[in-house]
Amino acid sequence: MELTRRDATAALAAIGATGGVALGVRRTTDAGAGDGADGAVDGAEELPDDEAVRETMAATAAAVYPEAVSGIDAFVGGFLDGRLDGSAHGEGIRAAVAELESTARSWYDAPVADLPVADRDELLRGLGTDTAEEHPHGTTAERVRYYVVNELLLALYASPTGGELVGIENPQGYAGGAESYTRGPP
Amino acid sequence: MSGAESLGNEGAAGEDVDRTPVPNADVCIVGAGPAGALVADRLAADHEVVVLDAGPRFDPADRLARQERAIRPFYGRPDVWGVGGERDAYENAGERGYPLNHARVKGVGGSTLHWQGMVMRLHEDDFNSGSERGVGTDWPIDYADLRPYYADAERELGVAGASDNPYAPPREEPHPMPAFEPSYSDSLFAEACEELGIDMHSVPNARNSEPYDDRSACVGYGTCQPVCPSGGKYDATVHVERAEGKGATVIDRASVGTLEHDEEDRVTAAVYATPDGEEHRQEADAFVVAAGGVETPRLLLLSASDRHPSGLANSSGHVGEFFMDHLFAGAGGTLDEPTRQNHVGFYTSACDQFYDEADETQAPFKLEFFNYAGPSPVEMALSGEDWGDPLLERLRDGYGNHVAMGGLVEQVPQADSRVALAEDRTDDHGNPVPRIEWTVGDRALDTIERANEIQVAILEELGAEVEWVAGPDATGPAYHHMGTTRMSDDPERGVVDADCRTHDLENCWIASSSVFPTSGAMNPTLTIAALALRVADDVDARLSGA
Repeated sequence: MELTRRDATAALAAIGATGGVALGVRRTTDAGAGDGADGAVDGAEELPDDEAVRETMAATAAAVYPEAVSGIDAFVGGFLDGRLDGSAHGEGIRAAVAELESTARSWYDAPVADLPVADRDELLRGLGTDTAEEHPHGTTAERVRYYVVNELLLALYASPTGGELVGIENPQGYAGGAESYTRGPP
Repeated sequence: MSGAESLGNEGAAGEDVDRTPVPNADVCIVGAGPAGALVADRLAADHEVVVLDAGPRFDPADRLARQERAIRPFYGRPDVWGVGGERDAYENAGERGYPLNHARVKGVGGSTLHWQGMVMRLHEDDFNSGSERGVGTDWPIDYADLRPYYADAERELGVAGASDNPYAPPREEPHPMPAFEPSYSDSLFAEACEELGIDMHSVPNARNSEPYDDRSACVGYGTCQPVCPSGGKYDATVHVERAEGKGATVIDRASVGTLEHDEEDRVTAAVYATPDGEEHRQEADAFVVAAGGVETPRLLLLSASDRHPSGLANSSGHVGEFFMDHLFAGAGGTLDEPTRQNHVGFYTSACDQFYDEADETQAPFKLEFFNYAGPSPVEMALSGEDWGDPLLERLRDGYGNHVAMGGLVEQVPQADSRVALAEDRTDDHGNPVPRIEWTVGDRALDTIERANEIQVAILEELGAEVEWVAGPDATGPAYHHMGTTRMSDDPERGVVDADCRTHDLENCWIASSSVFPTSGAMNPTLTIAALALRVADDVDARLSGA
């Protein structure tokens, strides 16, 4: 099942973005990575720019999304257009991605995007993000769970396509109208 | 600003706001929830009105971020609207714990910001429980007294409903909007109910089934409780904004600690603290306390003086007593077919058939057919140790076949169920916090069992495997705090009179569910709104010298 621009728009509409973000029109410069949000990794040499964040997030999505979905890169990129908006949340994503990348380079001597999908899965589990509860100011595992893994899962399963994978075309968080609840199963 | 954790700085945004008192105010209202907002809106065109609220003014642009808080597992329900902390500290001292900070929102809009938006009228017998049911007490007003105000309130809030409920009290005109269509799962329930001779009917929603009052129709976000990002669900910011448009002044983060009075038993000023540490006195000719079922009695108790040593308006000794909530009764399970749940966050069918069977031993109760049984897939996805295909498999296994019913049950007012002041604990302004002593009698608990019997019978007729029953041991409050400044014609038996004016202070009214002498089993907000509109009429008449 292919994720579409509509899905990315819906995911943004569901969980918020700075107004006026046009999907598909990406910023090509990264006006400073900022100082990082609360809980930004100490000692991170350099926070990734927007393109690098998108690349890592899309690569991670390939590991945490079901095999049935396609169109991940465009979906994640479009979604992040609205999230990397200079907010504390956007900077939290950037910092968590930095930690994930730092760990990948340390353990595998390669960036996340260059790892086989199985190794990305192993990386996330090795960090403890599978058993961690999300926490925006917690441990590395908790922050990666919050800003990376759950960020991606929230975007997917609050979108129409993600919902349809489960059997609900109007999932919670998606403004899918007040008619679908009256309809029987397809 | 995106992201759930980007919230929480409402205070900083409002540091440069002028929170000084309004000169020559006619009316001072304490509380910017639905009651206070409606009174303010009604009076603002002809009177100088000021509204003080202890909480912040929330930015509408943050609603999606609040919705994200509602979905993400890191955040608890009170976090969605920033409830909690020293400002909202409280104590429990009764036989049952009461989760107060799950049950309210402090700020402009009040608890309508997180309510579900169900708006039924009380039944005629609810106003005469003592004489008709042999338990509780009679209200000093009847359904007929409130009937035109109910219609007015339905127009103000914007209610979608239909006249297909044979058990509802008489009404004079259709609801302002057509009812929401029944859900797919309603149609499944309907077959089972028909077999059992149980009637289903629509329910009135304070939610737009079509565009209304410059607000959008419901767009199906599915998170009505605790936040509607679209504005399709009514909340009291509608009337706050309207009142401000007519000239009212609304001061947020203005925590009223005491009401002052003179030797002639007139309230003279509301003394409030602002974030800058300053204390102010808002004087006015009339005062309306509209701070809900807990903070209203607390404010009166905090306002004790030499002349009123047990608290303001408390010569009866009943301020804080008769604290009530509705008790939840429910049951649910799964079918072997899809049930299409969690598309929307409200319900569309109910059953009031058993409501007026109430007597001394059985409380009035109503039944609800849920459209949001079982887990929401997106919430499930964020908790667990899996992702990828195993997660999708878990979501498919967990979602799709659930059904559930809920119900609300009246509790009898008891003097020992009450809100008092804590002895040793104070809030951020040094005022004693509320101490809640909530008790529930056997009539309510027995009635929960009766409701459960019907719910289980319906579910079994439906072919469901019943997986849970919320009975007397698992019940909890519906977050409808009521009864703590009860209405009575007799100054020895109540705090306010039939006009909701305090017996002891001639220029002080209470607009709140705290005036309910009994609670019925219907969600209280429409009655709160109707009473508030009635209070506004009385205040206006007295200020105008009528």
